[in-house]
Amino acid sequence: MFDIFMIHTWIASTIIAVTAGILGFFVVLRRSAFAAHALPLATFPGAAAAQLLGIQPLWGLMGFVTLAVVLLHQLQKLGRKDVAAGLVLVTLLAVGSLLLSMTNTYAPAVFSLLFGQVLGISAADLWPVATIASLVLIGAMSLYRPLLLQSAFPELAISRGISAGVIDIIFLGLLGLVTAMAMPVVGALLVFSLLIAPAAAAQSLSARPLQALVLAVMFSVGMMWLAIALSFWTNWPIGFFVGTMGALLFTSARMFRYIRHRWFSTALPTTMKNSSMKLILAAQPGEA
Amino acid sequence: MHEHTTLPPPVPSDHHADANCASVLAVEDLTVSIGGRMLLQGVTFALQPGQLCGLIGENGAGKTTLLRSLIGVQPSPHGQVSISGLSPRKSRDLVGYVPQKINFAPDLPMRVYDLVQLGCDGHRLGPRWFSRRLHQQVMAALDAVGAQDFAYQRIGELSGGQQQRAVIAHALARRPRLLLLDEPLANLDFRSANELAGLLGHLTRVHGIAVLVTAHDMNPLLPVMDHIVYLAKGRAASGSVREVVQSATLSILYGYPVAVIEHGGRVLVLPHADAQAGEDGCYLMPNGSASGGQA
Ligand SMILES: Nc1ncnc2c1ncn2[C@@H]1O[C@H](COP(=O)(O)OP(=O)(O)O)[C@@H](O)[C@H]1O
Ligand SMILES: [Mg+2]
Repeated sequence: MFDIFMIHTWIASTIIAVTAGILGFFVVLRRSAFAAHALPLATFPGAAAAQLLGIQPLWGLMGFVTLAVVLLHQLQKLGRKDVAAGLVLVTLLAVGSLLLSMTNTYAPAVFSLLFGQVLGISAADLWPVATIASLVLIGAMSLYRPLLLQSAFPELAISRGISAGVIDIIFLGLLGLVTAMAMPVVGALLVFSLLIAPAAAAQSLSARPLQALVLAVMFSVGMMWLAIALSFWTNWPIGFFVGTMGALLFTSARMFRYIRHRWFSTALPTTMKNSSMKLILAAQPGEA
Repeated sequence: MHEHTTLPPPVPSDHHADANCASVLAVEDLTVSIGGRMLLQGVTFALQPGQLCGLIGENGAGKTTLLRSLIGVQPSPHGQVSISGLSPRKSRDLVGYVPQKINFAPDLPMRVYDLVQLGCDGHRLGPRWFSRRLHQQVMAALDAVGAQDFAYQRIGELSGGQQQRAVIAHALARRPRLLLLDEPLANLDFRSANELAGLLGHLTRVHGIAVLVTAHDMNPLLPVMDHIVYLAKGRAASGSVREVVQSATLSILYGYPVAVIEHGGRVLVLPHADAQAGEDGCYLMPNGSASGGQA
């Protein structure tokens, strides 16, 4: 399992897990889960398009993901985010079904694009993965604070001169890059699981943004490694493990939080105590 | 802004000194229309340091629109808005804004401390390095609103009054000279509303901040308010509470006879019992003196 041909798999999947963990944190914070689900599926027909045109699959995916991001951004401006994501999803999938019918892509290739194919990653495949990952890391790191503020408190960001539109298009762009990069490895259906589950679990466990972000990355990497190992031993598709472990992780995090609240509730006494009232009451008499 | 560790002293020294700088906020002949409908029409008023001004009007009177013009996010306003002599877009460092009710998700991974920290540096690029100065700035803002006790709790799990204070601390983090609050009392029970009104009074007196707070009901603000801007049908009257809240002034704003009733320290503005009452002159200005300013 640590043979030379598996080394590339480990490297690529670790890089993908780290970037997906970071972006997933913001996806959950921004409540863009549906967009994160729609993007990979809308991008999936790009592979068929690439085959029709006789170009590299990655270019096909990049082209479709760009199209999806631009459409999504424009539609979101008109109104509801969820409707926008739904429209992009059905439109591009419809185009995809046509493209697929025109190519001679055979079933196993489609299957691996949907559910992932971690074996057979070559050294050459690592370059695009590493390039895109460093782009995403630099983007997320330099925009960390405005992105955090705009994602968690959009109303408060407006008055600070942070443009919601600019943040939105940059974020969708980064998400699109990660999607195109991760899809051939973990599959269109499972990019979503990798983005959402670790971040949602982390956010229900930690109340601190940076801590939750680091936790999301750790969960994401841990989930990925375990999924590869299990997939290697059982010969079952990696997607099965990523998906089920994601659900399991989130459920356990929720249960852990619930139990912690029930049995070790520290939240109540301070709200009851309200000693901050002293300050205000002290300021009252003599005035008014 | 300079990196002091406390909120501004009672009389902030003025670095942008110019002729008009006695006022923190000067609004002159502000007119806003959206889609051909005039929401605000020739609104004029000014605010001095340490003043607490209530911006009062019914739902849909244009209070939020006015505040949005003051922070420079309302498209196409006409007229003059100057904040310490600067335009709204250039004075973001001088203004703290507390928007209308925010819904915090219960599992948002943010403590009050983190929210206030973002108030200090949320607009900055690059990663955040640990800084003692930043920590002190955050603590000063938490201290100013009495939020130390719940500083390290998840925002989504706090009460409405505590959340409101957390957002005020966020707005105060960069020690603004002008604090704008949009209906901060709307979702609070009597007790929290009174506490918050007391807090706003405290901020103006002790820290010398000018506060403009909107409300559809002026009553909870009466004890602390020393200036009022009354909005009705897009027009505004400003002055002291005694000057503005009168049948005569308000009837002119509404263009309809309105009665002002005082009972046990509370003030109620009601449509006059019968419209004919207008004929005894109660909606005309007494001896033509324009006490209401912009009516
Ligand atoms: N973007 C907008 N487009 C059209 N009408 C608007 C818009 N924003 C506000 N309005 C209208 O302007 C009026 C004033 O709104 P607002 O300033 O929110 O009032 P208030 O805060 O006093 O309740 C309302 O009648 C509202 O319907
Ligand atoms: Mg409003």
